[in-house]
Amino acid sequence: MSLLALRAVDKIFGGLHAVRGVSFQVEKGAIFGLIGPNGAGKTTLFNVITGVYTPEHGEIAFQGKNIAGLKPALIAELGVARTFQNIRIFRTMTVAENVMVAGHHLHKASIGSAILRTRAYERDEQALTKRAHELLEILGLAELAGEVAGSLPYGSQRRLEIARGLMLSPQLLLLDEPAAGMNSQEARTLNDQIRFLRDQLGLTVILVEHNMNVVMNVCETIHVVDHGETIAEGAPAEIKVHPRVLAAYLGEETPDAEASA
Amino acid sequence: MRAAVRVAIAGAVLLAIYALRLGVEAAFTEYVQRIILLAGINVILAVGLNLINGTTGQFSIGHAGFMAVGAYGAAFVGVKLAGPVHGALGSGAFSDAIVFNLALLAGALFAGVSGLIVGMPSLRLRGDYLAVVTLGFGEIIRILFNNAAFLGSATGYFGDDPSGLPAYTNFFWVFAWVSAVVVGIHNLTFSQTGRSLTAIREDEIAAEAMATPSTRLKVTAFAISAATAGIAGGLFAHMQAGVRPEDFRFEKSIDMIVMIIVGGLGSISGAILGGIFVAVSLELMRDLQQYRLVLYALLLIVIMIVRPQGLLGTRELHHLLRRKKTAQPATPTESA
Repeated sequence: MSLLALRAVDKIFGGLHAVRGVSFQVEKGAIFGLIGPNGAGKTTLFNVITGVYTPEHGEIAFQGKNIAGLKPALIAELGVARTFQNIRIFRTMTVAENVMVAGHHLHKASIGSAILRTRAYERDEQALTKRAHELLEILGLAELAGEVAGSLPYGSQRRLEIARGLMLSPQLLLLDEPAAGMNSQEARTLNDQIRFLRDQLGLTVILVEHNMNVVMNVCETIHVVDHGETIAEGAPAEIKVHPRVLAAYLGEETPDAEASA
Repeated sequence: MRAAVRVAIAGAVLLAIYALRLGVEAAFTEYVQRIILLAGINVILAVGLNLINGTTGQFSIGHAGFMAVGAYGAAFVGVKLAGPVHGALGSGAFSDAIVFNLALLAGALFAGVSGLIVGMPSLRLRGDYLAVVTLGFGEIIRILFNNAAFLGSATGYFGDDPSGLPAYTNFFWVFAWVSAVVVGIHNLTFSQTGRSLTAIREDEIAAEAMATPSTRLKVTAFAISAATAGIAGGLFAHMQAGVRPEDFRFEKSIDMIVMIIVGGLGSISGAILGGIFVAVSLELMRDLQQYRLVLYALLLIVIMIVRPQGLLGTRELHHLLRRKKTAQPATPTESA
């Protein structure tokens, strides 16, 4: 059984068919790339998987259970974490607090015990703080734990979003353009970090990315969409030379152009 | 052990408030004492409102409605409880204290439940729906009390006794409740729940993607905020002979918003300062009663231009003090 399986998923906004009949499967432990030109429907697919949108048709099976149409908070709790294309960190909170927000499963103490500061509350709070710092360590943000998140440089904010997602102890991590705004050095580090997440933490990763160095380096399977439809799926080497992918990114070669060449 | 220490601390605080009360009552005229009591009640209002408007970022502009529910609820329950409790325990300061605090808790409960009823439909949605709904709620509640014959309609509720409601409210009870509310809201704000509420304010979509049950938390915070306004209402009701619908007009909700904006939305210490500021400034402006809203509007505009984050921003006084303390060892005498 695949960890995640989309079957004939449709998402329609008024007259716009943003996702049309997309199916793919992601095996446990995979690093799966999702690429396509701007407006192809990649982020819409992420939003459908994470419950921000409900698909009109189709099924989204996570660990064999159909999660299409469930509330985002519930899907997150089931083990699907994500980052956002246009960074959505909690800007006025500290880096450590940002990560701790996602730790509900470690912090079961009730509101009453928070107000009374019971022993159970403080034990949970300590466990949560400890875990947050472990995750910040993994993403290389440990020194910034006390900083206000909004003041971090762009690349660090992106890594903070990953750390925050990891706090959910997810099975599946969806990364929406994690390398955007990163320099080539940061992007290389990101490659290593993504591999680390899979190899050491046993995560399955789906990556939406425009930086082809990152995609081709780190992904084992790449799924290509254009205008909401699947146009190809395969290993990086196949995708690089796939005629429909090239056409989608670079435009069709017209007979005229061929003739003049 | 831990519990014993806490009970001891709570006892010491109450003793200190009691000693302060004796001092205040000896040192100040009744006029000044009344302003001090109003300041305490304002602090409860402001700290409670700040939880929803400041920390959670969901704007309520009808909190006077919840204060009214608490005031009427506490006054009514107090009047009805006084007979049986005095019958069982005899009359005296002790049974008065029991009646009064049960009445305050009843007022808080009524206000909290109205908060749930108002919050559940309006907080499911993102956006400014809460502001619109609370604005309407504040007016509807006032009109309901204006027409409720068993609560005295427009003349107000004065209890069954011709001399009016018993004047239970004094320095001790006001500041005992101020301490309880400030400590409770502070602990809630600086907890996992508080972090989640702040996360909802900062970015609700991201908070939900991080498994935060946003609707449930918003409704809970709103109900707690309404309940604290209810406690303030109960204390306010027992400061005077009766509760009147016109005590809870829209202006009262605006006063509360001024409190939290002056002090800094999202800061508990700011709310405390704001509550005191409004109590004192209302007294100073007593002669220009009907122009006071104009002055408050001017003040809000000036604050928005000069210091949009309010006096303290989202920071707390003790954070500023701590920062100063950590900076101190850098002085030459200390390092030598």
